[in-house]
Amino acid sequence: MFSEAELIEIEKIKKRYESPQSSLLPVLWMIQEKKGWISKESMSYAAELLNIPYEYVLGVVSFYTMFFKKPKGKYHLQICTNVSCMLRGGYELYKYACKKLGINKEEITSDGMFSIEEVECLGSCATAPMMQVNNKEYFENLTFEKFDELIEKFKKEI
Amino acid sequence: MTKIILKDIDDLNTLEVYEANGGFSALKKVLKEMKADEVIEEVKKSGLRGRGGACFPTGLKWSFMPKVTDKPKFLCCNGDESEPGSFKDREIFERNPYQFLEGTLIACYAMGIKTAYIYIRGEYYRWINIIEECIKQLYKKGFIGKNIAGSSFSTDIYIHKGAGAYICGEESALMSSIEGQRGYPRVKPPFPAQFGLWGYPTTINNVETITNIPEIINRGSKWFASVGEPKHPGTLLFGISGHINKPGVYELETGTSLMTIINEYCGGVWKGKSLKAVIPGGSSVPPLTRDEALKAKMDSESLKEFNSAIGTAGIIVMDQDTDLLEVLTRITYFYFHESCGQCTPCREGCGWMLRILRRISEGKGRMSDLDLLISVADNIEGNTICALGDAAAWPVKWTIRKFRGEFESKIQKEEIELPNINKVHSIRHTDYYT
Repeated sequence: MFSEAELIEIEKIKKRYESPQSSLLPVLWMIQEKKGWISKESMSYAAELLNIPYEYVLGVVSFYTMFFKKPKGKYHLQICTNVSCMLRGGYELYKYACKKLGINKEEITSDGMFSIEEVECLGSCATAPMMQVNNKEYFENLTFEKFDELIEKFKKEI
Repeated sequence: MTKIILKDIDDLNTLEVYEANGGFSALKKVLKEMKADEVIEEVKKSGLRGRGGACFPTGLKWSFMPKVTDKPKFLCCNGDESEPGSFKDREIFERNPYQFLEGTLIACYAMGIKTAYIYIRGEYYRWINIIEECIKQLYKKGFIGKNIAGSSFSTDIYIHKGAGAYICGEESALMSSIEGQRGYPRVKPPFPAQFGLWGYPTTINNVETITNIPEIINRGSKWFASVGEPKHPGTLLFGISGHINKPGVYELETGTSLMTIINEYCGGVWKGKSLKAVIPGGSSVPPLTRDEALKAKMDSESLKEFNSAIGTAGIIVMDQDTDLLEVLTRITYFYFHESCGQCTPCREGCGWMLRILRRISEGKGRMSDLDLLISVADNIEGNTICALGDAAAWPVKWTIRKFRGEFESKIQKEEIELPNINKVHSIRHTDYYT
């Protein structure tokens, strides 16, 4: 799965920690970056790479919410509905987004473009409501209009 | 107002500006003039307390690290910052990252540590990149790595990216996560200073705590101890969110009155409404009623008077129209979702509390449910490995005690027959591949 250069990178990462299995999280991040999600095959690969049991990797992947256990849309929208966002319209935004895209949690639009998830506090409480896309960029102080604009923008970016 | 961290200097987040404004003078001073013990002594005298919620004296924590040992020692900077209502560390990463890194280096020097890990939550993609870039710059400049600034002291700093788990902000769970495991907290004792990362002596400090260190060295412990409330000196980064006109992060001295923060700095409650309740320190601390909020001063000691705590100083303001049942249900859902599942009281109790609260929301509540909730909360509190159990129990217990009338009004008078359903298990145990 990994290229020569990536394997060298992993060797470097291993040196940062006292035990090789500690580099599991960085390795899983690299896999997700490359494949978009973490499949059973990917977990077997990581297990072999670090010489640890498959079950151990499964345990770690299933614990952390940012590791995707299923494929997601090209744009995976993560909308915070925790208290601070809720007080400023987080749920309204989430429901609006679901309706607009015609999908619910864990679903992907038929064109494979969008998937949606309700997430816990992302540390963006003063700029609520907000959304993170693909575990990366934050879009803050959202309104329905701003959300519509973003969706249009994403659609054009293909 | 004294500023220690978020100073009003343009582009302080660049290395040139940071150095031009006295950056790394504390590190150089420490390396040249001070012994490791003297640094710890200075931090002790400053009265600095941890900013992660427990308010433990930092100098004392540092002094627990073994002085003479042939084992490697580690420092973990806790930037997991997942407490709902708390968003101060990202402000430090964005506006003053070098002061944080300088603090990390001084901490390493004081405890004789050669490897430091900065644990940043995975969601902070943008800020991880910022810190990564800063670390690169400092390696180039010779402030991190071998023989720092020409001295005999060497330290490496690495970032460890989290992957979405609130519990990893708990110090022992954070260590589990760095070790590449599920983020399970560990039983204490042994404490991290004896048996931490991979069984070696380890200290874990919050990012904000560490960022205070260079200024304590530069301006002296006496000065620091004189800022704000004597029992909890210094400044705090207050993150204000919710129903407020100007939400954001404000650096203010400890002991500032809550209403000063709300009215003078944040422009008051939004839409001209009046205040109903305030959560003063992130979602896990007990809320304050309006009357309590009018009297409250923001530091660890003063808030005890109202059975609350300063936590991470994440203030959530709620206006008169807020449905506290909805808020409490959401908070409880969060802890249910984030419980790691090791301890039965927390794993099952959070689910029980959530289901009772949801039942009340659906109009099927019973008067006895309120006492039942408090009883479940009481049985979680203090009976778990880590403080997540307490964090889940406090809001339930105290919101109901302080606002009982509101909860009672949500409950119909006649008793309702309930089907006997009891589903169990925490989310993190059932989220397997299907």
